[in-house]
Amino acid sequence: MPSTTTRRLPRTAALIGAAVLAASVTACGSSGTESTAPAASGSTSAAASAAAGVLTVRDPWVKAADKGMTAAFATLANDGDTDVTITGVSTDVSRAEIHEMAMTDGKMAMRQKQGGVVVAARSRAALEPGGDHLMLMDLTRPVRAGDQLDITLTFADGRTQTFTAVAKPFTGAQETYAPGHGASPAS
Amino acid sequence: MTGTGAPARRVSRRGLLTGGAMAAGGALAGAGTLAAVRPQGVRPDNPVPVAQVGSAVEPFHGARQSGVTTDPQAHAAFVAFTLRPGTDRAALGRMLRLLSDDAARLTQGRPALADTEPELSVLPARLTVTFGFGPGLYAAAGLDERRPASVAELPAFGIDRLQPRWSGGDLLLQICADDPLTVAHTQRVLVKDSRPFAVVRWVQQGFRRAAGAEPGRTQRNLFGQLDGTANPKPGAPADTAVWVTDGPDWLRDSTTLVVRRISMNLETWDLLGRSDRELAVGRRLDTGAPLTGRTEHDEPDFAALGPDGLTVIPDFSHLTRARVTDDRQKILRRPYNYDGVPTPEGNADSGLVFASYQADIARQFLPVQRRLAERDLLNEWTTPIGSAVFAVPPGCPEGGWIGRQLLG
Repeated sequence: MPSTTTRRLPRTAALIGAAVLAASVTACGSSGTESTAPAASGSTSAAASAAAGVLTVRDPWVKAADKGMTAAFATLANDGDTDVTITGVSTDVSRAEIHEMAMTDGKMAMRQKQGGVVVAARSRAALEPGGDHLMLMDLTRPVRAGDQLDITLTFADGRTQTFTAVAKPFTGAQETYAPGHGASPAS
Repeated sequence: MTGTGAPARRVSRRGLLTGGAMAAGGALAGAGTLAAVRPQGVRPDNPVPVAQVGSAVEPFHGARQSGVTTDPQAHAAFVAFTLRPGTDRAALGRMLRLLSDDAARLTQGRPALADTEPELSVLPARLTVTFGFGPGLYAAAGLDERRPASVAELPAFGIDRLQPRWSGGDLLLQICADDPLTVAHTQRVLVKDSRPFAVVRWVQQGFRRAAGAEPGRTQRNLFGQLDGTANPKPGAPADTAVWVTDGPDWLRDSTTLVVRRISMNLETWDLLGRSDRELAVGRRLDTGAPLTGRTEHDEPDFAALGPDGLTVIPDFSHLTRARVTDDRQKILRRPYNYDGVPTPEGNADSGLVFASYQADIARQFLPVQRRLAERDLLNEWTTPIGSAVFAVPPGCPEGGWIGRQLLG
């Protein structure tokens, strides 16, 4: 199904989003503005529930890796009425950056994304292989398949939000990584 | 929770479209599609219309695993793994968390996390993924004292010609669906997520009649026989035969699985006339009725004598030797046919992936197997070439994972 279908069915998508987050107040519609409120009180409380954060984080995962670099992915939904900008990312296994894929000298290459990732009001942003992603640099310990990794996003207004990503063995998106830097298939 | 013939749900048309679109666009995995538009169940005795075969859904979460008393799907892959040396209790937990999440999504018609072919995940076709733990898994976890006593390599039988390539296994995934493409994609996803923890030991693929081709009919094997007539009836009798109902939480609502690869020699079977074939089984080939009866489920009369003074149903028939009347002693057969590539001379490589579920292998499976091994005319044309046993742990709730009661 082409992604254009998504755009033709925004109401349906929103309804389904609501069902996903049945337990959360952040779903959609008129209650959306409440969703950003609880996150401002600091990273500890924000970590307690991703669904209560600035963004709704769906299907987060990180590519398992023994050493070197790896990347994390998710779908981020902004159910609020104002744009949200992610300016930083951190984990306790590495320093991390927001990266994008872009044409450089006729070749797709990865680079740090200037200005961060903007998730417009009432829309979604996909962090996915081959696109924008969270880059974990110089792992201090292996991220093993099945591990659960806490990832904290920092937003332009200083708020933070922590979510948990599961590590998947994943061999794709090789173009994202510089060879020989430990981004080999997970083991 | 899957009682026999638990009604299959359907992926709604709308949910399907959006789910697929979301997956392809990377926007939303359609996680709540089914919760949002939970369609009416399709009654099991009212077979799924052909147009809806692809979108029919079996539950994944529940006290008991699906794929056991679930009305057998048309296609199956039994995938057995050997754990890698470093896979200990903690690693098993990580592995089973990943595999359970994959199964939870795929069975409900949603792409797995990081699914590289999300378009192959939107038609579950009653997909079930059933997890089995071999003796080696308990040893690797350092939990041998929790292994059900009967989950151990079967004793050697005189009729066996077992090959290592079809035998044993630390972990089994039984993948069943009414669509072979769904089975293949599911197998691919699960094998990929297993690679850090285990290597593939063997895969046995099998099939039955296409979904809806012969609703409610006992399956037919490649000898042309109805296969499974004597199964405990769906509902309470099958539940009695299959489920462990007490004990610690890693045993309650569990069962056990025996997988045997039975080679069927179609060449020597071809040499038999129809009446000899029927005498070997003790049943009619067309209706499956006992030789003393008219319909498939008629009670056999083992004392009835023919004009020659011999019993109508021979003592050495499969029916006589396999006969069990108490549900507590019965096994639930859930076999699939296999059909490999014939030799250049045209000799078939055909047989049965025999799969039986029972609460206790020692109490239910072994007595029947001993009687058959000792004296069953069918042994003349069949040869067990593979054998494996597994504990099938309880199911898991949403957010949980299979094996957590044991390993968590």
